[in-house]
Amino acid sequence: MADLSINFAGVKSPNPFWLASAPPTNTAYQVNKAFEYGWGGAVWKTIGTPVLNVSSRYGGFEHKGNKLVAINNIELISDRPLHVNLREIAEVKKLWPDRAVIVSAMFESDPDVWRDAVMRIEDTGADAIELNYGCPHGMSERGMGSAVGQVPEYCEMITGWVTAAASIPVIVKLTPNITNIKVPAMAAIAGGANALSLINTINSVIGVDLDDFQIQPSIGGKGGHGGYAGPAVKPIALSMLSETMQLDQTKDFGIPISGMGGVETWRDAAEFLLLGASSIQVCTAVMHYGFKIIDELCDGLSNWLDSKGAASINDVIGGSAPRYSPFNQMDLSYRVVASIDEDKCIHCNLCYAACDEGAHQSIDLTVDGVKIDPETYTSAVRPLPYVREDDCVGCNLCSLVCPVDGCITMVERPPLRDSVTWGQITQQLPEVTLRWDEMEKYRAEKGIDIH
Amino acid sequence: MPESSPASQAQPDLEALREGFSELKPAMTFREATIEADRCLYCFDAPCVQACPTHIDIPLFIRKIATDNVTGSAITILESNLLAGTCARVCPVEELCEGACVMGEHYKPIEIGRLQRYAMDHLFEQDRQPLPVAAPTGKRVAVVGSGPAGLSCAGELALNGHSVTVFERDDLPGGLSTYGIVVMREPIRVSLEEVEFIESLGVEIRTGVNVGTDITADRLLSEYDAVFLGVGMGKVPDMQIPGEDLEGVTEALQFIRATKLAEKDGLEQLTSIPLGQHVAVIGAGNTAIDAATIAKRLGAERVTIVYRRTDREMPAYDFEYDFIKGEGVEFRFLSQPVSIQGQDGRVTGLECVRMQPSAPDDDGRRGVVPVPDSTFVLECDQVILAIGQEKHVDTIASFGVEVERGYARVDDGMATSNPRVFAGGDCAKLTGHAMTVTAVQDGKLAARRIHAYLNEIAPKVGEERMHGEKWLT
Repeated sequence: MADLSINFAGVKSPNPFWLASAPPTNTAYQVNKAFEYGWGGAVWKTIGTPVLNVSSRYGGFEHKGNKLVAINNIELISDRPLHVNLREIAEVKKLWPDRAVIVSAMFESDPDVWRDAVMRIEDTGADAIELNYGCPHGMSERGMGSAVGQVPEYCEMITGWVTAAASIPVIVKLTPNITNIKVPAMAAIAGGANALSLINTINSVIGVDLDDFQIQPSIGGKGGHGGYAGPAVKPIALSMLSETMQLDQTKDFGIPISGMGGVETWRDAAEFLLLGASSIQVCTAVMHYGFKIIDELCDGLSNWLDSKGAASINDVIGGSAPRYSPFNQMDLSYRVVASIDEDKCIHCNLCYAACDEGAHQSIDLTVDGVKIDPETYTSAVRPLPYVREDDCVGCNLCSLVCPVDGCITMVERPPLRDSVTWGQITQQLPEVTLRWDEMEKYRAEKGIDIH
Repeated sequence: MPESSPASQAQPDLEALREGFSELKPAMTFREATIEADRCLYCFDAPCVQACPTHIDIPLFIRKIATDNVTGSAITILESNLLAGTCARVCPVEELCEGACVMGEHYKPIEIGRLQRYAMDHLFEQDRQPLPVAAPTGKRVAVVGSGPAGLSCAGELALNGHSVTVFERDDLPGGLSTYGIVVMREPIRVSLEEVEFIESLGVEIRTGVNVGTDITADRLLSEYDAVFLGVGMGKVPDMQIPGEDLEGVTEALQFIRATKLAEKDGLEQLTSIPLGQHVAVIGAGNTAIDAATIAKRLGAERVTIVYRRTDREMPAYDFEYDFIKGEGVEFRFLSQPVSIQGQDGRVTGLECVRMQPSAPDDDGRRGVVPVPDSTFVLECDQVILAIGQEKHVDTIASFGVEVERGYARVDDGMATSNPRVFAGGDCAKLTGHAMTVTAVQDGKLAARRIHAYLNEIAPKVGEERMHGEKWLT
């Protein structure tokens, strides 16, 4: 059984799963309960400046029977008084010395306020502070949350105030509502951050009620942008994680990253780990299913580590990160083509529609090896999709729409020409990248035929 | 109670009857329908469309359910099949659309029948007619018979602006759907609602009019521009064996009819349907299965289906056979009834002779021959005959229509040998399976041909391409 324990910037926890700063970590009652279920840590729901919440706060994105593919919220930071939160944090940490208790904080941009807050947080015995530079609604209008995260100078300045005052690790939580995540990441590091966490929620309008035209969630007839989270955001989070892992300070894990955004199962978590996250935060899945999902998360992760012969979670962290490449470093001669297993094919012919109408017209419908015209074909014999390998560009679409596992696989074929990247072409034959006639000459020379 | 006493009346309580005589498959909830609709792959060239005799655009109507455009879904269905509420319930979907569903190979087929019912129920709940009706053409068409073929033809013609009058011999319109499909498969309410829907398209239905006696074929031919015959089939024929006149011998269709009317007039009437304790049902078609099911659910202690061949040759659908086994009905295969025995004018038993397989007959079915000296008596106090139906040869012939083996002879477009007379449904089903859905398709095809005939134009091909036209010959 693999060792799931982690040491994240000096913060230790028995497993990598922390509750993210959010409604599930609002009270001692909840965090105590979560720890009883086995959660490795909890980032307390953001404490800070006084707030008042609205009623009607969450909106759900339903897709094909899944009620919560994503959730959005316009709930603010904790609406409980600061002293109540601090007292409860201290009580919880005392009860659970082996778990990571991290305090998320958001205060007005005043160095004295922040210094005072850091002292009071450290007095609770908490293991670390997480700076909420991500909240995209309500707080941002007041110059906090993502309003800080979106301005690198503010990000660096406030991080500097906190790190100057703090003796415990400071994690900066980044907002995804920005064009280049590396910029605020570098600012946080410049401000002395010990670690990063990402992503916070994404700006979103979850939907509109078609009966009464109300934006969801509707607050007395009004709606606005909220923070988007849940399974649907995972690919965005993975992308931002991968981008941030490109920094010199993160590459070697000198500045570790706590990954979050759409983690619902151990599989999601494993992907974050492979791309470089060294702790995992979870919120929406708990809001959907409750704390008990921790069993599945730990068990699944542990079994997977065992199956990979990994003794510890540290053996896989960042395992896929070096593969993250810019487009211009990818080998243009690498070739895959779609291969259809006729025995598994159920003849839905979605691959045909996808290729013919949505991709590159490389699949025919055939009967006994002869192409048929679906417009006029009426026989009860179901036609079989056939891939014209020479025309297949290896786009994967057919295999993605195929409903049968293992029916359409992408198989590697020997390259038809020497290995080359776009970067190399740009360097060696810049005219090819700038002029179509040169490109056509290059294609003719290399035997590149695009049908 | 002694065997010789009048048919004993087992009486399950009303609640049990209500349960036993409600629809076998429940209606889908919004959530259930949406999830099931979302399972549909939306195949590129969906085989279910081809498998449906009326070629409903099934993936499209299912997608409209998935997107909560249920009225749009119902309209898509109606564009190919005006009696889709009935078909959703009575179609042997396992043999048709669902049998062809690629998901059957993958996991399990989409519940197309129940989804169609969901869409149609939704439309009928709104009580509105959503289809566009063409301006009146002034042409008049008589439709004989208000079963699925007649209603389908009448509705399609009305949509094209023709004036249609349907003549129905029975008190209630709807034919087999109203009188002959067991309520567990289709409540009479559904059939009558569907009739009202056809009427809402502008069709006039005259019930209690017997064509041939109340109004002659000649008069219809002289008063109308065209005639469609959808007269279906008649009563169950006599077996021509001794004892058929005994009290306790029942015709399966009459037996089913009584339960349908009870559903309409009050379920307590189910208790006054004459019923034996030990019931023998002769025949093994779907009507026999239905009659046996009803007898069991009405409270008969023992119900036995008697069939001269084996289960391999029985004409009932496989799923019907599977269903009836679960109902606790017994089977006596390879048993040929030779006489019905009685005492004091009442049935006491069914005398049969054992049969054994012989060489296959002309239809390719294995033949059976009697086993010498093998007669036995199946004790019973009721015998239900379900051995097929008589054909309305005289009615068909009275319209100057060529008849073959008792059926109206029609071409692919449902035209008979009389240029002004068209026919479809069971009365013209010379080959192939006679199903409600094929009757609906017959009526639709006939309406197209009649429309072309009335407009003195050739049937359009290529232009105004209708859905499913690809499969029309």
